[in-house]
Amino acid sequence: MLELATVQGVSLEAQGVDDSPLAIRGLTVSYGQKPAVFSVDMTVQRGGMTAIIGPNGAGKSTLLKAALGIVSPLSGQVTVFGQPLEDQRARIAYVPQRASVDWDFPTRAIDVVLMGLSRQLGLLGRVRARHLDRAIECLNRVGMREFADRQIGQLSGGQQQRVFLARALAQDADLYLLDEPFAGVDAATEKAIIAVLKSLKEAGKTVVVVHHDLATVADYFDHVFLINTRKIAEGPVAEAFTADTLQSAYGGRLATAQIDQISRALG
Amino acid sequence: MSGEEFVPLSLTPLLIGTFAAIACALPGNFLLLRKQALIGDAISHVVLPGIVVAFLLTGAISTWPMMLGAAGAAIVAVVMIEAIRRLGQIEPGAAMGVVFTTMFAAGVLLLEQSDTSAVHLDVEHALYGNLESLIWLDATGWASLLDVQALTGLPPELPRIALTLIGVSLFIWLLWRPLKISTFDEGFARTIGIRTGALGMGLVIMAAIAAVAAFDAVGSIIVIAMFICPPAAARMMTNRLETQIAWSVLFAIVSAVSGYVLAGYGPLWIGGADAVSAAGMIATVSGVILAVAAAFGPCRTRAGTPGPA
Amino acid sequence: MLWDALSLQLGYNATLVAIGATLLGVSAGVTGTFLFLRKRALVSDAISHATLPGVCLAFMVLVAFGGDGRNLIGLLLGSAISAWVGLLCMNWLTRHTRLAEDAAIGAVLSVFFGFGIVLLTVIQTMGVGRQAGLEGFLLGSTAGMLWADALIIAVGGAATLGLVMIIRRPMMLVAFDPEYAAARGLPVHRIDLAMMGLVMAVTVVGLKIVGLILIVALLIIPPVTARFWTNRSDYVVVLSGLAGGLAGYLGAALSASAPNLPTGPIIVLVSFGFFVLSLLLAPTRGVLAAILRHVRFQRRVHIRQGLLALAQGQKIYEPLTIRLLRRAGVVRADGVATEAGKACAAKALRDEKRWEVVRADQAHEATAALYDGLRDIETVLTRDQIAEIDRRIGGPQGVAT
Repeated sequence: MLELATVQGVSLEAQGVDDSPLAIRGLTVSYGQKPAVFSVDMTVQRGGMTAIIGPNGAGKSTLLKAALGIVSPLSGQVTVFGQPLEDQRARIAYVPQRASVDWDFPTRAIDVVLMGLSRQLGLLGRVRARHLDRAIECLNRVGMREFADRQIGQLSGGQQQRVFLARALAQDADLYLLDEPFAGVDAATEKAIIAVLKSLKEAGKTVVVVHHDLATVADYFDHVFLINTRKIAEGPVAEAFTADTLQSAYGGRLATAQIDQISRALG
Repeated sequence: MSGEEFVPLSLTPLLIGTFAAIACALPGNFLLLRKQALIGDAISHVVLPGIVVAFLLTGAISTWPMMLGAAGAAIVAVVMIEAIRRLGQIEPGAAMGVVFTTMFAAGVLLLEQSDTSAVHLDVEHALYGNLESLIWLDATGWASLLDVQALTGLPPELPRIALTLIGVSLFIWLLWRPLKISTFDEGFARTIGIRTGALGMGLVIMAAIAAVAAFDAVGSIIVIAMFICPPAAARMMTNRLETQIAWSVLFAIVSAVSGYVLAGYGPLWIGGADAVSAAGMIATVSGVILAVAAAFGPCRTRAGTPGPA
Repeated sequence: MLWDALSLQLGYNATLVAIGATLLGVSAGVTGTFLFLRKRALVSDAISHATLPGVCLAFMVLVAFGGDGRNLIGLLLGSAISAWVGLLCMNWLTRHTRLAEDAAIGAVLSVFFGFGIVLLTVIQTMGVGRQAGLEGFLLGSTAGMLWADALIIAVGGAATLGLVMIIRRPMMLVAFDPEYAAARGLPVHRIDLAMMGLVMAVTVVGLKIVGLILIVALLIIPPVTARFWTNRSDYVVVLSGLAGGLAGYLGAALSASAPNLPTGPIIVLVSFGFFVLSLLLAPTRGVLAAILRHVRFQRRVHIRQGLLALAQGQKIYEPLTIRLLRRAGVVRADGVATEAGKACAAKALRDEKRWEVVRADQAHEATAALYDGLRDIETVLTRDQIAEIDRRIGGPQGVAT
């Protein structure tokens, strides 16, 4: 059934139907009585690297979670590659914020990566040598091969983040969604992660990252999506990531000096 | 001890105790990791109102209606806990405390109100069962295991709990991957299309079935102890889930067998005349195992916060 | 009959039980509040079950020394000691191993209770007879309550209540924010133990009336009930004490008014009745209030989104939005906007533009934080301020407000 869905997806693409990797229309999500995301439209460009940017509490992670169906929206629609989310799950890989996982769980790094293969494995399929090889290869890509047998809670924050990226790689998806992958990680990890993401992009995959570091946006990404409860701006970095849009998104929260600095850096 | 004595008097209670212990310990592993360990406690308390209501409805002490009543009560309790937790925004522990104490109180009240004194239905029985009485009188020795005539005289609790154990094992075997993934990382599980809500409910219902079947044979105290102690002790022995399950099964078997033997023969060894409660002793042994694992288990302490890279 | 019971005219024993139950309800409700606010409500379950081996051991000791095995003070002392040991085991497990608190609670309660049952069967075989009194501790038995028993309960309950009042401030601080309390130099671990000690005292005192399984209800249900009605911690304590006391009093009276109504379960059920009423009807935290709020909120969101879509000439996808807009007279049955609807939509879009200005302007930082997509701009800015913003936006000023 899952494979059928993928096949359909390919055939629809061939017909040239609107096939943005992730399209959101009129999305509103609220915790209690205050919307975290209000009436947001988003269209992610195929094959690009998009940063979702906004101040703390602006609804960045919520937008991602609603796109994945982890939180249920008050209104709005999400399509993935032009089709309902449920039919396209096999083509999405998600790297959650580190805080959302039970670090005390009895499982090793390699087991976590194998979880990314659960679609191929099905319910009862045995883990065979080729699955193990694939998992180790993914760990290798993030530079974590020698930690394969470590219990997940015994790794450092940056190492944990890399293991979760390896799990996403194992899923071999077309759309990668990452929630603050660079938060609280060491410089080596940040470098390793961005190298992997760039290689994904070169392979024609689409990458969407919730990002908080304005200074690196222009280096890492080619598209931005600015949000502060509502959509502020969307488009290529050169057009949408400007002093004006930042002022709109961050308001008084971002010092003028900072904005000047960034716009200077952008040239 | 010879077969003539062992098979009719001890074999069936030993098997029943062991099967019940494993049937509870298996789902207990997941409940423990999901921080829902006390669901077993809640379920075993609400079994009482379930069987009393079943008795009042059917007017007879018969097993199937009572087991259905108990299972129904367990499901009602789980739904109520979930509803109160969400609707009232109350922390799960308190919601659980509200529900199971209330349902237990209702059970005791119904018991007092109805005329059940003539039949064997009382709170003490519900709490610690009567494992020692589940003997196989038709057996004459090991040969009886092949004797169809004698096999029909087996206490009905034995096939019931064996069936339950098979059901629980199948459930966990079939849903192993989704269970593992959703317990570890619920958000990720949802992104790959696992229905985490339904799966969690399924696990709790499976635990309820195990609890009710085990309760029918051995009383609720073993149920609570086996849901928690063997998995908790097993968690301190290993950092792999597969290995943890294996340890928990081993601990469950050791608790059941040595608890039964100690209850039956322990007092004789120290000069006493009568056996003590096997259910209580099994729970006590599982506690001793947990204490040893907590003091010496290789993985007994938390991984701790991640250090520098 | 019920009236007689409520006015304490059903005889000596019933009156004793009613007074005892009321006092117990108050002290359990007050003590339980701290446990509930500390998010450790079920610790009481472990403590109460852990009393059983102590009761049995005390009985055996009393008999061994030739005393009356059912001496209440002796049994309560035994239960207190074993509950304390259980508490220490639980604390050790959570502090020194990787077990979470719920697993430690379950382990202690089942193992101690199981061991207690082993001891019960030992007592059964001791041949001293009359051990039936001990099983009364499982579910409570008020039938043969003596003046001396009532006195013990009253004194014990009052003493516990007094102690709670003395250390209520540090306990509340620890319950609210243990790390801050530790930073202030409070001995958090010892205050926690003191809290548990008080819970243990209530449990022990309550064994005679409601028994060890149901005392948990008196410690948990009243605080949960009280929490629905107030957001202030000191009010929760008082309301919880009231709810507990009232449940104890009504429950004892009800149970005395008819045969076969055991005191413990009736008190618990009355308490649960209060809880259900609060869950449904409490003004802001209650279910009915929450449902009404959510429905109203969702409608506002849909209407607002619909208006913005109309103003920008976008297609509306959601059937609910279309239905709500039609009902509000904003669009006709065929989906075309009415004149009034067009005006509303233009106003919504205009407001949105105004908000944009406000949120980009550092001078309006405090106001900008109020933005949630729904709030009418007139509620946060003065007429002059809005006029100033409109001047900056430019274009027609004539949107009706």
